[in-house]
Amino acid sequence: MSEIEPAPDQEPLRIPFMQRVLDNHFLLLFLGVVVPTVLYIIWGILELVQIPVAP
Amino acid sequence: MSKTVYRTCPTTGLRIDLSAQALIKANAVAAVVFLAIGGLFGLSVALTRWPAVHLLPADWFYLALTAHGLDVLLLWIIFFEIAVLYFASAILLNSRIAAPRWAWAAFALMLGGGLVTNVAVLQGQSSVMFTSYPPLMAAQHFYLGLILFAVGALIGCFVFFGTLVIARDEKTYQGSIPLVTFGALTAAIIAVFTLASGAIILIPTWLWSIGLVSNIDPLMYKLVWWAMGHSSQQINVSAHVAIWYAIAAMLFGAKPLSEKISRTAFLLYILFLQLASAHHLLVEPGLSSEWKVFNTSYAMYLAVLGSMIHGLSVPGAMEAAQRARGFNNGVFQWLRKAPWGNPAFSGMFLSLVMFGFLGGISGVVMGTEQINIMMHNTLYVPGHFHGTVVAGTTLAFMAMSYLLIPLVFQREVAFPSLAKWQPYLFGLGVAGLSLFMMGAGTLGVARRHWDITFTSAPFDFNYPPTAYLLMGLNGMAAIAAALGGLMFIVIVVKSVFFGKPVRDRITLAAPSGQPISAAVASYGSAGTLRIPGTLVLVGVFFTAFVLYYFVNWKYLSEVWPMR
Ligand code: HEM
Ligand SMILES: [Cu+2]
Repeated sequence: MSEIEPAPDQEPLRIPFMQRVLDNHFLLLFLGVVVPTVLYIIWGILELVQIPVAP
Repeated sequence: MSKTVYRTCPTTGLRIDLSAQALIKANAVAAVVFLAIGGLFGLSVALTRWPAVHLLPADWFYLALTAHGLDVLLLWIIFFEIAVLYFASAILLNSRIAAPRWAWAAFALMLGGGLVTNVAVLQGQSSVMFTSYPPLMAAQHFYLGLILFAVGALIGCFVFFGTLVIARDEKTYQGSIPLVTFGALTAAIIAVFTLASGAIILIPTWLWSIGLVSNIDPLMYKLVWWAMGHSSQQINVSAHVAIWYAIAAMLFGAKPLSEKISRTAFLLYILFLQLASAHHLLVEPGLSSEWKVFNTSYAMYLAVLGSMIHGLSVPGAMEAAQRARGFNNGVFQWLRKAPWGNPAFSGMFLSLVMFGFLGGISGVVMGTEQINIMMHNTLYVPGHFHGTVVAGTTLAFMAMSYLLIPLVFQREVAFPSLAKWQPYLFGLGVAGLSLFMMGAGTLGVARRHWDITFTSAPFDFNYPPTAYLLMGLNGMAAIAAALGGLMFIVIVVKSVFFGKPVRDRITLAAPSGQPISAAVASYGSAGTLRIPGTLVLVGVFFTAFVLYYFVNWKYLSEVWPMR
């Protein structure tokens, strides 16, 4: 709720770290694509290309 | 740019962009049409696998099985999901929809692609099952249609993201997006990975079918294809969990027990759910145990934890709301007094229970590398996923339809007394399908198999008589499920095209005192943890889960005696 103006004698409203992460939709999109791409696809492909070709 | 036209929903008070509304309608109607077609193929498949009936000849069986998987798993589900994405963004955020022209282009691509692939299948040269593993090769337009469909759906996801950006910039909501929208966001994120993986693998496969690429490595194909095939199931889970929360909010005014915990559970989905794709490759040589076990066990358990959180949180939210309304007697009065005659509620609750007990438990069992070996590629697998994607997702989407008809289509639900029974009949049929197929799978009956008697096979092989019994029961369950599905189609078609218009405020089942928009379209927790009934239900679930899990290890120890 960044638009809320803090009263002059108040600390600015602090949004907890996790809530800021969860509100950052494009960060979530990035994580949701990168994590499986690295751990499932890239790691998997690296293993597959190491299989020797049958003579 | 043309000016956005809105109406205000008399029931929820939400401001509705009419072009978003039209898009939701189009996608939902397309979804239901493909459900009807695909369901019919499903019935014919089940009747073929009923040994005493053995309806279709072998080539038609594989054609019908391909069409079934394609029409229900891809077309029905993803069209409906796009409708859910537009609903959860434009409508719940009180916003206009981003780029309606693009959204219509997406719809056209999906519809065109879906039809092209269906034609390819019906022409008979593409009975490769919806997985289309090379070296099986389908007609080129089979792949082309799928690619067009995937690109269209991907555009739909970006319209959703665009709408989120517009809503934030135009300040149509305050603070964080509502939980239901967050669930839809989870679905959309997983969808981006899913559809991109699909395009990445299907484009070279299409070129191969044309003759421009000489070879597709089957294992490489399987690896990337399942990044789509499995992850798309996780779109479903996220979408139907979002719908559970939406229905709980709309019928009970229920708020999640804790926004923080429910959102964290969705974050677990975003990070880990897609890795479980690896369970489809558990018996594949060439991939290390480290890769298999990491992706299916460690990561998957975190995602399962997410589901268990939702499984506690959704009934808990309803219990808290019902108790706040005074249903405080004993442990279960809140549940007894729930609107069991309202198909939106009964469908949603059956979906929740069956997804957990049938789909969830069997999924964890099969996702365990060691015990997977006992049921890999048996009928246990379709038994499991008719528990997830049919009892869970399809039933949740049906339940949601009973709310979309009055709220978005502005029509009364036709044949109300039929509608009352529809979720029960469909649920019963699907529970049977799921259990009987799992039972037959436990006895070793293979999936995707035309003739379990092996009449023309060079070797003699006999399944135990129980397997035949189970396949017969499965056929009967399929008839019940198909009737329940038919009832749904009839109700939707009649309501949407010939229904009485709804102009005024309607009463959703349990008036909660607060406006529905406040419950479904804003941030906030229930602020109570007094949910003894839910805790009892969760206790029952865990007991069943643990027992079944260990029974399977015991079976395994008998398969593989160590002496
Ligand atoms: C009337 C309802 C339905 C009936 C009677 C039915 C029945 C069946 C049967 C008997 C099989 C074949 C198992 C085999 O031989 O391997 C099957 C496969 C399948 N079903 Fe259904 N089903 C129904 C609805 C659905 C729905 C709504 C979905 C998805 C949302 C679905 C998704 C699938 C998929 C993906 C397969 C696997 C196809 C393949 O192996 O290629 N089914 N179904
Ligand atoms: Cu899977």
